[in-house]
Amino acid sequence: MAELTLVEAVNDCFHTELERDPWVLVMGEDVGRAGGVFRATAGLRDRFGPDRCVDTPLAEAGILGSAVGLCMAGWRPVCEMQYDAFSYPCLDQLITHVGRYRWRTGGKMEFPLTVRMPYGGGVRAPELHDDSPEAYYVHTPGVKVAIPSTPADAKGLLAAAIRDPDPVVVLEPKLHYRTLRGEVPEGEHVVPLGKARLAREGSDLTLVAYGSMVPLAEQAADALEGEASVEVLDIRTLKPLDEEALLASAAKTGRVVIVQEAPRTAGYGAELAAILADKAILDLHGPVLRVTGYDVPYPYWQIEDAYMPSVERVVAAARKLLEF
Amino acid sequence: MAQVLPAEGDLRRIIGDGEGVPDGEVEGLTDHDLIELYRGMVLLRTYDERSVVYHRQGRIGTYAIFWNHEAMQAGSVYALEDDDWIFPSYRESAIGLLRAMPASTILSWWRGHPAGWWNPADYNVASICVPIGTHVPHAAGLAWGKKLKGESACAIAYFGDGATSEGAFHEGANFAGVMRAPLILFCNNNHWAISTPVSAQTAAATLADKAVGYGMPGTRVDGLDVLAVYEATREAVARARAGGGPSFIEAVSYRAAPHATADDPRAYIDLERVEEEKKRECLGRYEGYLRRAGLLTDEMAESVRSEAADLMREAIAAAEAEPPADISLLFDRAFADPPSSFEADLAELRQVLGDDLG
Repeated sequence: MAELTLVEAVNDCFHTELERDPWVLVMGEDVGRAGGVFRATAGLRDRFGPDRCVDTPLAEAGILGSAVGLCMAGWRPVCEMQYDAFSYPCLDQLITHVGRYRWRTGGKMEFPLTVRMPYGGGVRAPELHDDSPEAYYVHTPGVKVAIPSTPADAKGLLAAAIRDPDPVVVLEPKLHYRTLRGEVPEGEHVVPLGKARLAREGSDLTLVAYGSMVPLAEQAADALEGEASVEVLDIRTLKPLDEEALLASAAKTGRVVIVQEAPRTAGYGAELAAILADKAILDLHGPVLRVTGYDVPYPYWQIEDAYMPSVERVVAAARKLLEF
Repeated sequence: MAQVLPAEGDLRRIIGDGEGVPDGEVEGLTDHDLIELYRGMVLLRTYDERSVVYHRQGRIGTYAIFWNHEAMQAGSVYALEDDDWIFPSYRESAIGLLRAMPASTILSWWRGHPAGWWNPADYNVASICVPIGTHVPHAAGLAWGKKLKGESACAIAYFGDGATSEGAFHEGANFAGVMRAPLILFCNNNHWAISTPVSAQTAAATLADKAVGYGMPGTRVDGLDVLAVYEATREAVARARAGGGPSFIEAVSYRAAPHATADDPRAYIDLERVEEEKKRECLGRYEGYLRRAGLLTDEMAESVRSEAADLMREAIAAAEAEPPADISLLFDRAFADPPSSFEADLAELRQVLGDDLG
């Protein structure tokens, strides 16, 4: 085990996977010479050459579109979108082709590509460097979506995405790129897609979260110590969802608060709440609550803390539910 | 180096008019090649004309007509090797015929039946791209990927004049230029994007002018002259294989048929021009060339046409004989390993619909 930051774990994954499979290549803006604006791809160009760690033109749709063609030629491309909100031009390719091409070929051709990007706010950045766009990706048929919250999962989920025969979008919580350190297995490390992680066991209430909201949920659980025994479920893979783990935790605690950084309406939390309403209604002691960002553009950074779900807001929601 | 013909320059032509303009020749093409090109054009023409009939008979769905585009398709594909990849738009839906794809497969596609969904690797023909121009980056990526693997295959992407206004076209062309990908960008400029004339798509003097911005050569060719199309594509392929990177070909034609079976062009098109274009349509022009060269007799023409007609008769019968698609196909092709929820969805659907319908 090595003690790594989250972004170092991503980098470690790349070194391992590019070494393991000669058909994996990394492409994106500034991923080669610069090693990525967050250094996620540092050292790859020197080690594997400019053909396997490719500095592309500034063209997100071109990156993802040409990755489709690379798959047809037998490659396994990993595309970096430099920031969450810079990924929107690639949605055209994702929706019209990436999620459909296997289906379109009668299931006969594979498109084992990965799209990864830093996401989320709290980093005092300019506009459009702070978005949480996961719902767009989750809503796209034919695409899987994973969001790690720990360094070990950042390595393991990305490895699973790279090895998966289907397109996977991985969003990495940039807020925790360097603020979170953790034990990361050395060498090959794969965290299977579709498996949630019980970050903390509890019996009175479940906080369901993913990505940057998991550490926040854990802080809220700490704050509630003495009042309630709080479970924290880290969803890890938004699609396919580990429904079993969600329902098991809801059955155990009977109270669920979903924490989501993205705007509220039709966000991923709404899907989780709908599943609970459908399949856990008799286990629940109260309504499923959501603590989310607001339905507004991500704010100027001087007031971004008010937008972000906070420990206080999560604790307040938990108390409301405990008193229901 | 990037070069482009002047805006007012003549289009490249080989076929004469049988009067003042003499016929030329393409070096290296044998009599056999010339007849094979004819066979390809007739096959495409027959497919297209029969498809319009099948649509009217309710045997296929909405259909994008490609009448008078056969020279562009047959001429360019003839300049490729079998391991080169073709990226068609819906205007080239039947281009797989030139790679021995069964016509029933393509008819099934237009019938909305899963039998029309082929494996691109079986023919090196990508799926039909329905949104405009979004396949251009795919072709760039494939060509680049082949080059990275050290293979000699190249790719050709077909798109219309309207597609050159799309961002995806720009990003794909630029990628190909930067990566020096062995790609041929084949623009079928038939002057119309449904009802929008090419003059409303661009302020550039010609579409081939765009090639300059991508650092690739652009050439303009008469899209109704199968030999000129062949020759221009052959040059682009040779350049691609020699490591010279991508090329842009603007094949100029005129859409003499509706955009699709659901379109009524009388509201916007110049009907007199359409009548003129019909008189100089590409298959008739090539037949004239072959007859003047003494390579085509009435008997041969009839035999090639009836061969194609037979093929279409068998194809529509085969497409209609496909058993109805099972509803399980809703679920089992989108993922290699479908999520467990699909199984529950299918079971519920079968139950609601009744097993007999499942």
